[in-house]
Amino acid sequence: MLDKDGIAKRIAKEIKDGYYVNLGIGIPTLVANYIPAGMDVVLQSENGLLGMGPFPYEGEEDPDFINAGKQTITMLPGAAIFDSAMSFGMIRAKKVNLTILGAMEVSENGDIASWKIPGKMVKGMGGAMDLVASAENIIVAMQHVNKAGESKLLTRCKLPLTGINCVKKIVTELAVLDVLPEGGFKLLERAPGVTIEQIKNATEGKLIIEGEVPEMVI
Amino acid sequence: MNKTVSSADEAIRDIRDGMTLMLGGFGMSGLPENCIAALVRKGVKDLTCISNNAGVDDFGIGLMLKQRQVKKMISSYVGENAEFERQLLSGELEVELIPQGTLATRCMAAGYGMPAIFTPAGIGTEVAVGKEVRNFNGKDYLMELAFEAHFAIVKAWKGDTMGNLIYRGTSRNFNAVMAMAGNVTIAEVEELVEPGELDPNFIHTPGIYVHRIFQGKDYEKRIEQRTVRKKV
Repeated sequence: MLDKDGIAKRIAKEIKDGYYVNLGIGIPTLVANYIPAGMDVVLQSENGLLGMGPFPYEGEEDPDFINAGKQTITMLPGAAIFDSAMSFGMIRAKKVNLTILGAMEVSENGDIASWKIPGKMVKGMGGAMDLVASAENIIVAMQHVNKAGESKLLTRCKLPLTGINCVKKIVTELAVLDVLPEGGFKLLERAPGVTIEQIKNATEGKLIIEGEVPEMVI
Repeated sequence: MNKTVSSADEAIRDIRDGMTLMLGGFGMSGLPENCIAALVRKGVKDLTCISNNAGVDDFGIGLMLKQRQVKKMISSYVGENAEFERQLLSGELEVELIPQGTLATRCMAAGYGMPAIFTPAGIGTEVAVGKEVRNFNGKDYLMELAFEAHFAIVKAWKGDTMGNLIYRGTSRNFNAVMAMAGNVTIAEVEELVEPGELDPNFIHTPGIYVHRIFQGKDYEKRIEQRTVRKKV
């Protein structure tokens, strides 16, 4: 079973040289720590920055330099700053190659719910609806089950949707799965020490298992 | 073309109850702190505020929420504000949550003189309810209308008396978009200079969009999530 850093590490392997990548809040943010050295990747922050660097050294925080999670950050050489309209312009125009974000639920046809629990939590969708509606390459990083022990990989989402038919890949503490265009979660890899049975039990939606499912290498 | 006013209070003098305001900033970054303080002093009520976030309990728009000056918020993300949540759940505050890109682009459309835009954001979700859907090249898009706001209130780093603005870092965010979108745009800046002192090659908001400008003071520039790394 993976911890949050393990999930981030596994997702980092999906990043390719030359990619522009948008990282969501939570586990996706951790992915930045595991991008292989020497790989040419530019991180986009939707509040208006390309070329996001690591957190600043203590004492060098600057309130004018934050990421979409409102964390203080630095910029790397070659960074560019722009306004919020242009930021979502480049997202809508599919200039960003990979979007990694969290979710509360994903359905077997690639719908995602991530912004609202009616009657309990209403924080808003932020940029997530724009990202999932436009990005062609979306990976969801999340826990396989929620705090109540219920599967988050469902036949159909129960919570209000963020977007439809958009999630392509999911990485959880248990597994890596593709969401197939014709519907269904195809099991690609098991997390170290995790059995197929555990993944079956934690997946409510249609799980597709073909042949031997390798243990992931991270 | 001198657009200078003496203070935040003078800049907002004709903002009245029931008006619609755009307020720049993302999280705590690039908030028009001086104008928000002046609006709290003035006590105008029943405002509709278009702003990406709603501040925290004791900073930003949170200060106006605390005084019950806001009737409706149009935002994309409103977490981290207990008073906001309380007013929302009790029904005292009306809230319209819309995707962040839609929010920015509806401001942009106003500044570019376009009545509406088409975006895929929100298709198939509750955001799409009641909105016109058009299909272009096999993909569905929502028609979203340009915002109309009586006032846009933004914060810039530097400005000149003609209203030309330059922002610093990621505090450009919604400020540069909203600056173009108000019927009247008020800009508060950290440093106000004479025409000719700013390089025209690096102006972010041309002064034609700005109606009033003043040099703000006592900027707190709060940090919402202080994240650092240790020197090794």
